Amino acid sequence: MNLAEGVQIVSFGILAALVIATALGVVLLSNIVYSAFLLGGVFISIAGIYLLLNADFISAAQILVYVGAINVLILFAIMLVNKREDFTVIPKRWIRKAATGVVCVGLFLLLATMILITPWSLSATSPAVIDNTLIELGKHFFSDFLLPFELASVLLLMAMVGAIILARRDLIPDVQYEDPSVTALTLPERPRELTSVGTESSKLQ
Amino acid sequence: MEIKLEYCLLLAAALFCIGVYGLVTSRNAVRVLMSIELLLNAVNLNLLSFSNFLDPGAIKGQVFALFVIAIAASEAAVGLAIILAIYRNRETTDMEQFNLLKW
Repeated sequence: MNLAEGVQIVSFGILAALVIATALGVVLLSNIVYSAFLLGGVFISIAGIYLLLNADFISAAQILVYVGAINVLILFAIMLVNKREDFTVIPKRWIRKAATGVVCVGLFLLLATMILITPWSLSATSPAVIDNTLIELGKHFFSDFLLPFELASVLLLMAMVGAIILARRDLIPDVQYEDPSVTALTLPERPRELTSVGTESSKLQ
Repeated sequence: MEIKLEYCLLLAAALFCIGVYGLVTSRNAVRVLMSIELLLNAVNLNLLSFSNFLDPGAIKGQVFALFVIAIAASEAAVGLAIILAIYRNRETTDMEQFNLLKW
């Protein structure tokens, strides 16, 4: 990163404030769609911080994978699931929230003290010693991290197949179709009645 | 005045604590998954700041961050599929009513 130090610290401050604010919005807002869009804001701000930390490829991968795939997937799940339902009020729920807040603040204070009192052995070399991180990452992936790299691809395939199996509708185990368009690769699904949209579905409850 | 390691670690710790709070208190199952993504991002931020400040020559922290990103992607896909399946069974996304194994 060839920026002046003042520019770096100012942009880091702005991005850190954005990260904290949008993350609080994700957790605290009541509308889940707002939370999903603010989650995209968290991811983009963190990608900016990665750029400041000399990790340009990870920053691009963060935007591609998180904003482009995971956030869109979460939005699709919200649209598939979203039924405006008023959760039943549970008594003494504020005790749980307060206790969790106390525990989280305590955890943060503990971590902050640990971070501030630990003498970090900072490296003497400049962080910008590698001008192209992509080449260095490729060397790592195809030499000493080759086996985890290949295993990650197998894991992604397994996750994709597993997600499809889990999210499809109920299978009919023993019904044979004479329809010639059904090949051996299509599993018969139980037809599902379409639920009505919006206010009517909430009335049914 | 420049960016120090402590600032990045403090930011990551704050993000992690916000994620833990959301993970425990939220009642919508999709929001729980979003909080898990926040946790994974905090871990990634830690890995990248250590890689930048302690090990700038061989950037192994960035390699680990890429693995974390790949696993987070598969976790999100499988988790949302599970939420869809359980929504079809229980007709709700309220975490308080997912007590099939509890009683």
